[in-house]
Amino acid sequence: MKITLLVFGIVKEILKNRTMDLELPEHATTADLKATLHSQYPALQQLAVYRIGVNGEYSAENAVLQDGDEVAIIPPVSGG
Amino acid sequence: MIDIQISSSPLNIAACIDAVVSPDCGGVDIFIGTVRNATAGKKVLRLEYEAYESMALKEMHKIADEASRKWPVENMVIHHRTGVLQIGDAAVVIAVSSPHRAAAFEACRFTIDTLKQTVPIWKKEIFEDGETWVAAHP
Repeated sequence: MKITLLVFGIVKEILKNRTMDLELPEHATTADLKATLHSQYPALQQLAVYRIGVNGEYSAENAVLQDGDEVAIIPPVSGG
Repeated sequence: MIDIQISSSPLNIAACIDAVVSPDCGGVDIFIGTVRNATAGKKVLRLEYEAYESMALKEMHKIADEASRKWPVENMVIHHRTGVLQIGDAAVVIAVSSPHRAAAFEACRFTIDTLKQTVPIWKKEIFEDGETWVAAHP
């Protein structure tokens, strides 16, 4: 399946990209996505923490992803 | 009335206040987040804000809805700026009106405190000798 990955802030710099399509195995979870990203971009693991947004909502741990999902890597927020 | 906006243009503070004033209300509380010239003693030149806009708007609406459930909020405005901000610029304006002042104070405080925890907006501090995404690293 294919998801669209959105990146922001420090993560945009680590992944050197704003948006990309990513091919994942069927039934992949947000944890699988994190593992994939960590192997490709070890610097991600140095972040304080980051959350995953799926279709504009914070996802639960280990949420199952669906084909066509808009998935955002959300580093620690610092608005205001 | 709830009015939530993210804008790359300067925020109009007076308009935010005017928008929440109501004949049913005895108080307006406003919080204005402004760009400070230093962090931990280090001179800041400017800030750059970035938002995941569609999700940020949703999260800001959730905060406004929750504040309205907790307190008798009549009107609330939350405007957040994005892009390059200079020292002294307003990055966020929260204006709340309520029949009595205590609720206006509390709802405004709750809104800025929660916004800083949940709304996907990020700022980068630009120093004389480098730049840092705030809160990114432990």
